Amino acid sequence: MSVFAVVPAYNEEKTVADVVRSLGSVTDRVIVVDDGSTDRTGPEADGAGALVLRHLFNRGLGAAIGTGLRHALDLDADVVLTFDADGQHRAEDVPHLIGPLLDGRADVAIGVRTLDRHMMPRSRRTANWIGNALTFALFGLWVQDSQSGLRAFTSSAASRLDLRCDRMEVSSEIVREIRRHRLRLHEQPIRPDYTPYSLSKGQGFVAGLKTAGRLVLHRVMR
Amino acid sequence: MHLIQVTIIAFALFAVWRTVIKFRSGELGRFHLVLWLLLWAAAGFLVALPQATSWLAVLAGVGRGVDVAIYLSVVVLFYLTFRLFVRLEKIEHDITLLVREMGLKDRRPGALEEKDRADEGSRSGRT
Repeated sequence: MSVFAVVPAYNEEKTVADVVRSLGSVTDRVIVVDDGSTDRTGPEADGAGALVLRHLFNRGLGAAIGTGLRHALDLDADVVLTFDADGQHRAEDVPHLIGPLLDGRADVAIGVRTLDRHMMPRSRRTANWIGNALTFALFGLWVQDSQSGLRAFTSSAASRLDLRCDRMEVSSEIVREIRRHRLRLHEQPIRPDYTPYSLSKGQGFVAGLKTAGRLVLHRVMR
Repeated sequence: MHLIQVTIIAFALFAVWRTVIKFRSGELGRFHLVLWLLLWAAAGFLVALPQATSWLAVLAGVGRGVDVAIYLSVVVLFYLTFRLFVRLEKIEHDITLLVREMGLKDRRPGALEEKDRADEGSRSGRT
């Protein structure tokens, strides 16, 4: 069973190399999608041993995930996970996340950032809840952490995803696809590493509103 | 007839003329031709005979005919904005697909050697 990690990265030169190295022991291959970074994200990831795909210019989280998944499938991955480049996820959580997929008990796994809830700032917790509620309202599936960046897919699940959202809305779009294809979902509690750096990388209030707006419009469009 | 009415009707006629030209050149489909012609005809009619909207106002439960026209225009504008958004999202996604293909192409087995050869070719071409 080959396990591939897809790491979408936009201007993450400070953290991407460590992330790639940490994944080395729990995955067979790490694909970093350098989403048009203007810093040294690509060379840093390359130096750490990742397979680097480069977007000519910035297309957003959903676009980067789509490119990475596609390449992982081209390389015959059995399990593909998405992993944030900002250092908020820990490689130690990966085996627990993909276990049910390797056993054939689930098609998709989402890392739920609920352990050590006190570590998550209140504003972020509220934003996450709103994200969950909106995702549920639009797509009819309640997941505990719809905006989590740590997920895993079997190759057959990954190949069925039809992702059209290029930006942050992709997280909710993945939930929609899980429901649409009736994929078996496993929700694995994980412990995020919230550093001032990773917190500064999240969506602000206005960006969150824009994401919500686009999500609603995408729902109307389809 | 007031100056404002003449101006708007003249503009509507101009728009009709442009629409027909676009239809003839094949830029516009038959459906959109009819849609735009109806829209401009309705606009011209309502501007020329504003009192004609009064019965519509009574029907809709709004005070004046002009108000109905304004409400309707807001709805139409909203719809057009939505259409524009849909089109824009599609173009954005098409750009993403293009950027994706370009990124993946560089990763194809042998792509780097191909690139080297191309670079060499362009260098020797220059000298």
